[in-house]
This record gives sequence, structure tokens and C-alpha cells, in this order.
Amino acid sequence: MNSQTHPIETELLEVSLGPQHPSTHGVFRMNATLDGETIVKLKPVMGYLHRNHEQIGEGITYIASFPFTDRLDYFCAMSNNFGLALAIEKLGGIAVSERGEYLRVIMAELTRLINHTAVTGFLLNDMGAFGTPLLYAFREREKILDLFEAASGSRMMCNYVRPGGVREDVPEAWLERAEKLVDGYPAFLDEFEKLLTENEIIRQRCQHVGILPKELAINASATGPLLRASGVDYDIRKVDGYSIYSRFNFRVPLGTVGDVYDRYYVRILEMRESVKILQQALKEIPTGAAISPKGLAMVKAPRTFRPPKGEAYGRIESPKGELGFYLVSDGTPQPYRYHIRAPSFVNLTILEDMCLGHKVADVIIILGSIDIVMGEVDR
Amino acid sequence: MQELDQVFVNAKGWLLSLFPIGLRPWVSIAVSVGVIAAIAPFIMMYLTWLERKIIARMQNRFGPTRVGVYGLLQPISDGIKMLIKEDIVPRGADPLLHILAPILSLAPAILLFAVMPFGRNMIAADLNVGLLYLFAISSISSYSIFMGGWASRSKFSILGAMRGVAQIISYEVPGVLSVVAVIMITGTLSMVGIVEAQADQWFVFTPWGIVGCLMFFLSGVAEVNRTPFDMPEAESELVGGFHTEYSGMKFALWYMAEFLESFAICAFTTTLFLGGWQGPAVPFWVLGLLLAVIVATGTKLPAPIRSVGAAAMLGAAVLWRTQVIPSWAWFLAKTYALVFVLVWLRGTFPRLRVDQLMGLAWKFFLPLGLVNIVAAGIWWSLRETPWFGWIASAVVLALSAWALVLANKPEPLQPRTYIYAD
Repeated sequence: MNSQTHPIETELLEVSLGPQHPSTHGVFRMNATLDGETIVKLKPVMGYLHRNHEQIGEGITYIASFPFTDRLDYFCAMSNNFGLALAIEKLGGIAVSERGEYLRVIMAELTRLINHTAVTGFLLNDMGAFGTPLLYAFREREKILDLFEAASGSRMMCNYVRPGGVREDVPEAWLERAEKLVDGYPAFLDEFEKLLTENEIIRQRCQHVGILPKELAINASATGPLLRASGVDYDIRKVDGYSIYSRFNFRVPLGTVGDVYDRYYVRILEMRESVKILQQALKEIPTGAAISPKGLAMVKAPRTFRPPKGEAYGRIESPKGELGFYLVSDGTPQPYRYHIRAPSFVNLTILEDMCLGHKVADVIIILGSIDIVMGEVDR
Repeated sequence: MQELDQVFVNAKGWLLSLFPIGLRPWVSIAVSVGVIAAIAPFIMMYLTWLERKIIARMQNRFGPTRVGVYGLLQPISDGIKMLIKEDIVPRGADPLLHILAPILSLAPAILLFAVMPFGRNMIAADLNVGLLYLFAISSISSYSIFMGGWASRSKFSILGAMRGVAQIISYEVPGVLSVVAVIMITGTLSMVGIVEAQADQWFVFTPWGIVGCLMFFLSGVAEVNRTPFDMPEAESELVGGFHTEYSGMKFALWYMAEFLESFAICAFTTTLFLGGWQGPAVPFWVLGLLLAVIVATGTKLPAPIRSVGAAAMLGAAVLWRTQVIPSWAWFLAKTYALVFVLVWLRGTFPRLRVDQLMGLAWKFFLPLGLVNIVAAGIWWSLRETPWFGWIASAVVLALSAWALVLANKPEPLQPRTYIYAD
């Protein structure tokens, strides 16, 4: 026998995960190069769901963009509306009614509950659990969607927030219903956590997988739970203090390692904080008009709203990160430029850095832990 | 009550008596084959129904309800749907291998039924090498999985097939090792012999038996690719793994093979460790009587429940004492209990990762299997003083299991701290 050893020759395998794939959360594609099962290169390919949202927004009145924002991140229609409303208010100097502010915050935080519950369920689905955590999550989500339906007439495409407040006041006894739901939410979270947090398989799959270092997260301008799980204290509700968030008493949970498990757990903790905000808001909400007179005038006659020349950037802490709306006005009823900073899109750009050296199975859960919605990525 | 126990055996005997003596051996074979070929698809169909119903209840859903009462006709409607679907062979695939693979996967699954002891005298072929046959036949499925994955000419299929073969080969080793102890104690490879050896005590009630039982069952779960070991299919990662490119009836054949093999795993765990078709040797009827007294005297319960419950318990105790429950009922009850466990696992657990799965097989199951053989030896050599042997082998197993857990404990599993910025 020849004493020389020959290294086994192997080939790299290029696999196109998506655009039709059960767990790319829509039509997203990852061109992965595999060495066996290990990822050596990964290229995200986007654009399969592009539908010209920004260009359309430049051809219609400011307020006509609201229904389109519902379709951005279709899990969080309420907070998308909220972001655009903030930008328009800044541009046109529209004051917001007090009750409107509270209703917006309530809706935005309920949306955060929906989003974080659902994304945890989806993450477990990506991990191979046969739908059980997802369906538990969706059971709670349906209850919140019932509330949205009662307030706005639609379960997912709410189109509810308007510059100056909200489109219309919530119906009778809505606040009591919401209060009951919010008070029951920690019990659901406890149940959910009992199933997941200490689960040995979940910990083995998630811990030390897809670590995002602090510096990289900042350099890539990641936002939202992704950034906070890496230990960066940056929450726009605190930093910017938009709307009336400075009135509420809540904390910002931070992770230490920045892996998938931290992202999961930071979301759980954020939900508990959201419950606190909701409880305070529901207790303190004043009576009065749901929309300010100027806002109402704009809603009634959209083409009369001609903001002065200039630009405005309204941003919120959406459940997925910093959602920003950038508007440039040239004095006409339509915006001259309408741009969206979508958190899913920006967070997705560091996917490769998190995935290199991990297995195919890890890529799926890393993607799941970033929490993307293709409607927002591609716009 | 021998009639009920032997009802199927007697029916076959009556059928055989209709034929001339020279033909009887052949007719006997034909009848056994016919019965297995008839009940196998039936078992598979209702396993799918059971799985859907049980998982649905775990997920606050109802499961199939539309076709038939409680959705009982759903499997038939699924079967018809599968039959009338288009059969797609991908471009560039090897059409011959593409169709052979699911057939090759289904055939061994049905062959396994030949050595399955459904009841007293109810076994199609009491081979004296039954266990060997079991392992020989069940490992054929790795060929079929690789064949299917390779022939599909799809990258997902290849990845799934690679995982499948690696997994099945790895888990065959602990699977076989866990059974060595049984062979040592019983001194036979025949299924009937193993069941009869458990007349006094099911093997699962011995220290080596419980370890062997768990190892055999979990290795079996891994071999038939079910959650949490469903790596080769891995819906969320590899779409469908080796059967990504299969549609219509070919896909149904893959599914049929998988479900029949899961049934077989449960049946053989029952046979090897849970006493097969034997009822429990422990006088459980005493427990039944005791429960009857407790229920009847329970003051917190409403009167109707008390009387009905006590009557039921009394009835159960009497049934038990008179051994009226036929052997095949025992076998099916235990097997379906294990099937429920299988579905339960699927409903609750996420999937492991490939490397973790292999680690479990090679770093934990394999050494534990070897220790288990030693423990069985200790138990056997100290059988004159049963309690001492029991404790000694339990201590050996517990210590080694503890050491293995410590040695394999992955570093990252530390408690996490989360801080709050205010």
C-alpha cells in the first residue's frame, strides 16, 4: 500500500434556499454554499415581493399611503401607521389629541405583543416543533386581533392611526376588554415559557448559535430586539421619547451574549414590559376627542393638506426595530420623496456574518430569530 | 375464556381444514401473507388519523372532522387524493430508481410484520433468528432513502439522504446493543421465546430493561425519522429531505413505510421489553379491588359517579383475575400506548441538530449500551438474591449514566442573566 495519504476531495455544494421554501418567511432566497452541512458563504437575495410602495407613495396624497403601510409588515399594521403619522405630523405641524396619543400607544404595544408572540412561535416552527408553540401563540394573537377588529374594523390591515390621533374612537367597553386581556397576558407568557425557556433541546439549538457581536451590530445599524440582545441599550421609545412614552414606567431588557437564545428571551422580557406600559396606559387614558381638529380637517379633505417645503423623519420603535418614514415636501398635496427605513431589511444585511460556520439547520433559526417579514424587506 | 384468546388462530385452523392436507402448508402461508397485506395499509391509514387527532388536541384544535364521523373516513379520502394526483418525475432524475426507492422502502416495513407476535400463537413466522431478521430487514430502509434522494436529482434530496443514511447507520448500533442484554438473559433470538421468558416479569421492570427499552425505543424513533430525530426530512430546513421531489402515490408509499415502521418499532419495543402479549404478572386485580373500595367510599364524589366508577373498577378487577382479556388485546393496547408516546414526542419537541443527534448516538447511547450489557450480566449472576442483583445493576447503570451526562454536558448550557437598562 502506498504510505502517502491523499486528502479526500470534496466539493462545495451551492444550495438555493428559497424563494419557495417552508421557512424563509415568504419569498426570500439565500444562496448558500455548503461544505457538507456547514455554511461557507451565504448571499441573501431579495426583491421577489417588491411592489413599488415608495414610488406609489409619491404619486398620492399623504394620507392615502396609510393603507399601503398596513401591507409593509403585515403583522404590525398599527405601528406602521403610527410611524407614518409621526412623520406627517412633524412635516405639517399637526398637534395630537391626548386620547389619540394614548390609543396609539395602546395599539402599538398590543402590536408588539402580537409580533413577539408570533415570532417566537415561528422560531420554534423553524426549529422543527410541529406547530404546537405556534398555535399557542396564535391563540393569544387572535384575541388581540379581535380587539383590533372591534376598534378599526379589520383584523390585520387596520389602517387606524391618522395624523393628529386615530381614525375614530374605540367602541364602548373596548378599554375594559383590553384591560382584561392585558391582565391575563402574563399568565400566558408563563405558560409559554414553561414550554420553551428551560427546554433542553431549545437551549442546545439556540445557545451560542448565530452570535452577533456588539460592535458588528452597531456598525451594521441593526435595531430592535436583535440589537438589544447583543447588549446595546438602544430603544427609540427611551432615546427619542416620541409620543408619550416618557410618561410610562418601563425598562429595556438587554441580552449578554447576542445569540438566538438571547433574542428569544429578550422578546419575552419585552412583552412583559409592554404589558406594564399597557396597564399604565389603560388606567390613565383620558376622555375627549380621539383626533385633533387639524388632523380631522386633514383626514376629511386630504388634498387641502399642503405642508410647507421641507423634510421630516418620523421614527418609532416597531417590534422589529427602528421603523422610519422620511418625507420631503415640495408644497404640493403629494410628498416629493417618500422613503421607508425598514428594520427587517437593515437587520437582514448581517445574516451572512451570523451564519458563517454554522450548519444549515442553524441558518434557518438564525433567520427566524432576526424576525423578518418580506412585505417590509421588499416594500 | 381460551376461545376469545385464540379466536383468530381457530379461524385460521377452520379455514385450513377446508383444504386437503397436502395443500395446507401453502394455504397457511397464503393466509398469513394475505392477512398482513390487508391489515398493514389499514394500520397505516388509522395511524395517520390518530396522529392528526392527537396532535390537534394538543394544539387546541379538532383535527379532521369533515369526512365521516370524527373524520374517520379522512384517511380514505387522503388515499384517493394521493392516487389521483399527478406523478411528477423531475427532469434529469433517474426514473427507474425514482420509482423503485419508495417500493424498496415499503417492502421491508411490511416484511417486519412477519415476526411480530400479535398474540399467543399469533405470529406469521416464528423464526428462531427473529431478532436478527428484525435488524436485517429494518436496515434496508437506509438503501431506499439514499436511492430516493440520489435519484431525485435535487440538492435538498441529496442532503436529506446523506443525513438519513448517517443517522440510520449510527442508530443501528445502540439499537442492537440495547437488545444484546435481552438475548443474554433469554438465551434465544426467537420473538415467541422472548415473550414467553417475560411471563414472570416484564424486562422493563429491571434496571437493564428500562435502560434497554428507552435506548431501543429512541433508536427506533431515530431510525424511522420521526421528531425529534426527523433530520432526513426536516421540513423547515430541507423542505422534505429525501422525499422532496415525490408526489402522488409515490409520496404516499414513503409515508406508508414511515408509519408502518413506527408501528413496528412500538410493537417490537412491546415484544422485547414490555412483555409482548402477556398481561402483567403482578396481581393488579388487587389494585382494582382497592380502587373500587376507595371510589365507592369517596364522600366528595356524586353518587352516580361513585357507583359507576366502583362497578367499573370491580369489573376490571374481575376481568383481570379471570384473565379474560385476550393476549392480542394486551399486545395492541401496549403498542398503541407507545404509538401515543411517539405522537406526543412529535407534538412537543423541536428537532435536534445533525451533530447533536450523532453525538447522542455515539457519545451517550453507545457507551451506555455497553455498560447495560455488564449490568444485565450482574443482574443475572446475582439472580439467587434478586433484590441485591437489582440494586447492584441499578447502581452501576445510574453511576455510568451520570458520568456520561457529565462528560457530554455541552459548555454553553449555563444559566443566563439579563440586565435591564432603565
